[in-house]
Amino acid sequence: MDDNHIVEIRELVKRYPVGGGHFTALRDVTTDVVVGEFTGLVGPSGSGKTTLLNIIGGLDAPSEGSVTVLDMPLGGKNHKELAHLRREGIGFIFQTFNLLPVYTVFENVEFPLLLMGMNGEDRRSAVNQALEWVDLMDKVKSRPAQLSGGECQRVAIARAIVKKPKLIIADEPTANLDAENSHNVMGLMVNLNRELSTSFMFATHDEKVMGYLTRIIHLIDGRIDEDEQVSKPKYREGK
Amino acid sequence: MVRFLIKGVLRDRSRSLLSFLIIGGCVTLTVFLRGFFVGFLDDMLRQSAVLLTGHVKVTTRAYAEEADLLPNDLAILEVDSLLTVLSAEYPDLFWSPRITFAGLLDIPDENGETRTQSPMMGIAVDLLSEDTRQPELWDLAPKITRGRLPREPDEVLLGEEFASRLEVEPGETATFIGATMHGGFTTYNFRVAGMVSLGVSGIGDYFILADLEGARQALDMEGTASEIFGFYKDMYYDDPAAVALTAGFNRIHKRADDAYSPFMQALRDQNQMGQIVDIAQIEMWVIILIFMTVVTIVLWNLGLMSGLRRYGEFGMRLAMGETQGHVFRTTLGESAVIGLGASVVGTAVGLLLTYLVQEVGIDYSSMMEGYDFPMTLVMRAKVTPDCWFIGFIPGVFATMLGTILAGRGIYKRQLSQLFKELELEA
Ligand SMILES: Nc1ncnc2c1ncn2[C@@H]1O[C@H](COP(=O)(O)OP(=O)(O)OP(=O)(O)O)[C@@H](O)[C@H]1O
Ligand SMILES: [Mg+2]
Repeated sequence: MDDNHIVEIRELVKRYPVGGGHFTALRDVTTDVVVGEFTGLVGPSGSGKTTLLNIIGGLDAPSEGSVTVLDMPLGGKNHKELAHLRREGIGFIFQTFNLLPVYTVFENVEFPLLLMGMNGEDRRSAVNQALEWVDLMDKVKSRPAQLSGGECQRVAIARAIVKKPKLIIADEPTANLDAENSHNVMGLMVNLNRELSTSFMFATHDEKVMGYLTRIIHLIDGRIDEDEQVSKPKYREGK
Repeated sequence: MVRFLIKGVLRDRSRSLLSFLIIGGCVTLTVFLRGFFVGFLDDMLRQSAVLLTGHVKVTTRAYAEEADLLPNDLAILEVDSLLTVLSAEYPDLFWSPRITFAGLLDIPDENGETRTQSPMMGIAVDLLSEDTRQPELWDLAPKITRGRLPREPDEVLLGEEFASRLEVEPGETATFIGATMHGGFTTYNFRVAGMVSLGVSGIGDYFILADLEGARQALDMEGTASEIFGFYKDMYYDDPAAVALTAGFNRIHKRADDAYSPFMQALRDQNQMGQIVDIAQIEMWVIILIFMTVVTIVLWNLGLMSGLRRYGEFGMRLAMGETQGHVFRTTLGESAVIGLGASVVGTAVGLLLTYLVQEVGIDYSSMMEGYDFPMTLVMRAKVTPDCWFIGFIPGVFATMLGTILAGRGIYKRQLSQLFKELELEA
């Protein structure tokens, strides 16, 4: 695997059994993701965006082809090995935030570090740093129910980046946010992308999100229709 | 991590507290039901033991064969020496001789002429020795309706209904007319100390309770007794033990060639009590089993529901890189902790309730008015050793079973499917 590649996908096919036969959700997908890319999967509903992200995240298995993520070929790996990959290397951000309602902001962000078995002191400083990034230091003790949607998604971002993963997967992260919060959240992710060279992979319909992407992969009917490098993203200042 | 999860359990009221209360409640009910049944059965057996059968009973072999006729000519002759043997051989029991007799009771007027007269049935037990437990077993003091307890051997208590029918008052004389154990005609003047209502309907109509020594004088039965009752010292009838004890005794003492040789019967050998014991035991277990099954299903569902409700959380945790095994084990651990805690509390409450009913009793005589029911009218529970653990079967076992079944979904579903559910949840 190329040192520079964080994801390598070769001739990927994903079929779902439906009724007696099957439905092909992805066909002949071949592509690489380079370290530091801010990539979006874009396409109509049902085109396979979520399916592809799930496969990259080790949440779903390919039917054919090979997928290598962070130097780990996913074929033939068991649940434990895939869980380890996610735990150490991948952060997830969901459309619906998925914070744990009974825990505070601090504890929600702390959770991935507990899974990694990090000690208390390191945890505290990492969580505080992550919360500073997303500018939520004044909400450490709040519960998710006491936060706005935008704040919830910022907590989710902090939770995804607190372990400083190489790759963050975000499926429609702005779908439940208004314009202002969407820009706010995307701005945060752009900063992380720059400062930590964290690679991001989005699935999105959102024009605002697209305005930040450095690369847009267009999916239609489970196929890559177009792979476009964006040299001057609309909302992205600087480089 | 464990601390983190415990924090969650403690904070998520709708998950933990509700489960805790439901599980605890079911456990309490299970424990109480068990205690209540044992108490009910125990009460029934105790009643029978005190009034009619003892936990075990020794008579002569011949007396046992004709017991219905109250054949005092076949009484045990050397009671004291037999008592010495019994006390030495069976230290777990205490022994109490009694005479059962029948005849006429005659109430004279001031001239000594018959005022009223009636057939009677008498039971004479040791009411007066210093170490006797009979007044306690019969629970006489609170059951005296008029007059007082006997203080002299020739004083007797009359069943309240009997006394009313005879129109006799405390302090008056009641003359026994009947036969001695040797078949001779006899009369004996008892003094009426008071009236007693045993709370066992039917028995009071012809009943007198006399002191053993008084009856011995009346019937010319010095040093003898119709029967010797044996009671376990804790008054708990242990059926298998009593049966074994009886068999052992008879092997040594009962002799085919001697009609007067002592012969022991357990409670279950008398008056069809065996059948009653068996049926009651079976019924008790059937009801408890049905109840426990229902409770188990309820708790199973609870475990299932709280598991299903958390699929979103599970999905998120799996995405964060927790393994399925770990999610499953911690969920199981949580339900074990909740189930165990609730079982401990539920058992404590159940035991307390059972104990209260054991000590205080539920008086249901008002509910039973108009029924002729040969049983005490105060219901009592009993704390038995199995009350301490029986609640844990539904409390821990069923709760965890529910969780396991719910948790299988963590494995069986495709991970991505958990995520679909997670998206739908919002
Ligand atoms: N478990 C499954 N079984 C059968 N078909 C499935 C399953 N999951 C997804 N599909 C199908 O695969 C196709 C791609 O689904 P996917 O969720 O990847 O679409 P998407 O591009 O994310 O769409 P959207 O923009 O609506 O989120 C859809 O037609 C969907 O019906
Ligand atoms: Mg999708």
